[in-house]
Amino acid sequence: MSAVVTRSTPASRVAMVLGLVALVVLAAAPWWAGRADMRLMGEIYLYLSLACLWNLMAGYAGLVSVGQQAYVGFGGYMLFALTVFAGLNPVVAILAGGLLAAALSVPIATLIFRLKGAYFAIGTWVVAEVFRLSFAQIQALGGGSGSSLPVAVVKELGAKKAAREANAYWLALGAAVVVLASVYLFLRSRRGLALTAIRDSETAASGLGIDIWRTKLEVYVVTSAFTAIIGGLIFLQKLRISPDAAFSVNDWTAFVIFIVVIGGIGTLEGPIIGTLLFFALREVLADFGTIYLMVLGLVAIVVMLKAPKGVWGLIRERYDLELFPLSYRVKGKE
Amino acid sequence: MPEATLTLSNLDAHYGDFQALYGLDLELAAGEVVAVIGANGAGKTTLMRSISGLLRNRPDAVRYRGQPIGAMRADQVAALGIALVPEGRQLFPSLSVEENLMIGGKVGRAGPWDLGKVYELFPILEERKAQASTSLSGGQQQMVAIGRALMANPDLILFDEISLGLAPVVIRQIYQALPSIVGEGMTAMIVEQDIAQALAMSSRVFCLMEGRIALEGRTEDVTHDQITAAYFGVEA
Repeated sequence: MSAVVTRSTPASRVAMVLGLVALVVLAAAPWWAGRADMRLMGEIYLYLSLACLWNLMAGYAGLVSVGQQAYVGFGGYMLFALTVFAGLNPVVAILAGGLLAAALSVPIATLIFRLKGAYFAIGTWVVAEVFRLSFAQIQALGGGSGSSLPVAVVKELGAKKAAREANAYWLALGAAVVVLASVYLFLRSRRGLALTAIRDSETAASGLGIDIWRTKLEVYVVTSAFTAIIGGLIFLQKLRISPDAAFSVNDWTAFVIFIVVIGGIGTLEGPIIGTLLFFALREVLADFGTIYLMVLGLVAIVVMLKAPKGVWGLIRERYDLELFPLSYRVKGKE
Repeated sequence: MPEATLTLSNLDAHYGDFQALYGLDLELAAGEVVAVIGANGAGKTTLMRSISGLLRNRPDAVRYRGQPIGAMRADQVAALGIALVPEGRQLFPSLSVEENLMIGGKVGRAGPWDLGKVYELFPILEERKAQASTSLSGGQQQMVAIGRALMANPDLILFDEISLGLAPVVIRQIYQALPSIVGEGMTAMIVEQDIAQALAMSSRVFCLMEGRIALEGRTEDVTHDQITAAYFGVEA
């Protein structure tokens, strides 16, 4: 007679069913939602993806970067460069941008991984600024004032506007699903176990044969690639790019950190809750101008002081819930 | 004397300006169990950190089976077959008992130790395998830390203060399990403040004082007075 050990919980099984139903409903949005709603939902999916990726880096690998806008902007610019100059299909260009970002992230990592803690964070920001200043020098891509995606390229996504918008929407939804699923499966794998071990105790993990530098590098490279792909999708929706918009620390890092912190860092559910809260606040406070940013700051401070594990941390402690089962539980006797 | 498993030659260790170890020379034969004793701050944990790669050194300050490993990273040292049961246990709180053990097996060295054998040694861990490692008692956590190191199938195992903070009855329980571990032909170094337990397990003893070896000898040869003198730095 032995106890049955399981990862899934009733809540996680319900969450999976509800998640699949929600996915079907969301995938059908082009038939039931208006244009503005679809645009907003697309934006939500892309922010959710960025938050999941930043959470994997900061919450699990301990790489607190404030320079992920480097890869968002790089992915955006690669969409423009590869479609305009190499004649690639926009979707192919976005994926190629992801691969190029992965290649670029390796030398950057060897440089910034020498820095620890706050110095690492500042280092990532410096890298992002170098990216912004460099792309502002490229006149073929509009220099400092930026450029728009040519109509011919835009039409490759669909001949009619409705088809284009639906395709862009599905790409954003698909990206969010792929990112969420990849992060979840990675954390459940043996490598994910090693990553969690590193987060808990670097000393013990390295003493057990885990190559910390290499594990963190893998996370950094994969995160950079996905972040660049999301960047490409963001600017596929915007259809216009400029260095300031592409490498904005506010839009692509500060808001993302806000989402992860209020949702719950180091959990998979946190970024989902955080994204929903962020967009709810944004929609409610949209008419108040700069007060909106002050309220966001206030919310972040209150959450950090009163609930350091975020809103999801509060819910989990109160109800012992886990929607993405990563830990084992004893179910009872067989 | 059989081939040396571990050789320390003129090993110094520093934390910034502070020197913690002064020119240590030490040799461990294969299959030997030695005890390292000493007061707080004598350099015992620094010695463990230096051997296991957590503190880097000159390459030839630490040799393992003749190979210079002093400058290697901890994960490279672990892959060669040196496992550390760290002071304070340092379990992974986010992981279950079994996951903690599985991390130990990550170096993928072949040998007798697997999950089944660790559970045979510490049956309580099998009952608790799905629990968060931090929900266990101190003694059970120490069993996880030992089991985790064994999962790596090391040839040399370093125990750092395994009895620290544990109740006497639990310490006895853990020490009762040690002979079946080191009986597998493993070389072991036991760092302890509980001198009686350490001496009972080992064939040789080293006493550290202020970063230097103050006493070295076969366990049966050293007298209580010698140990007291070396431990406290005063004549008994």
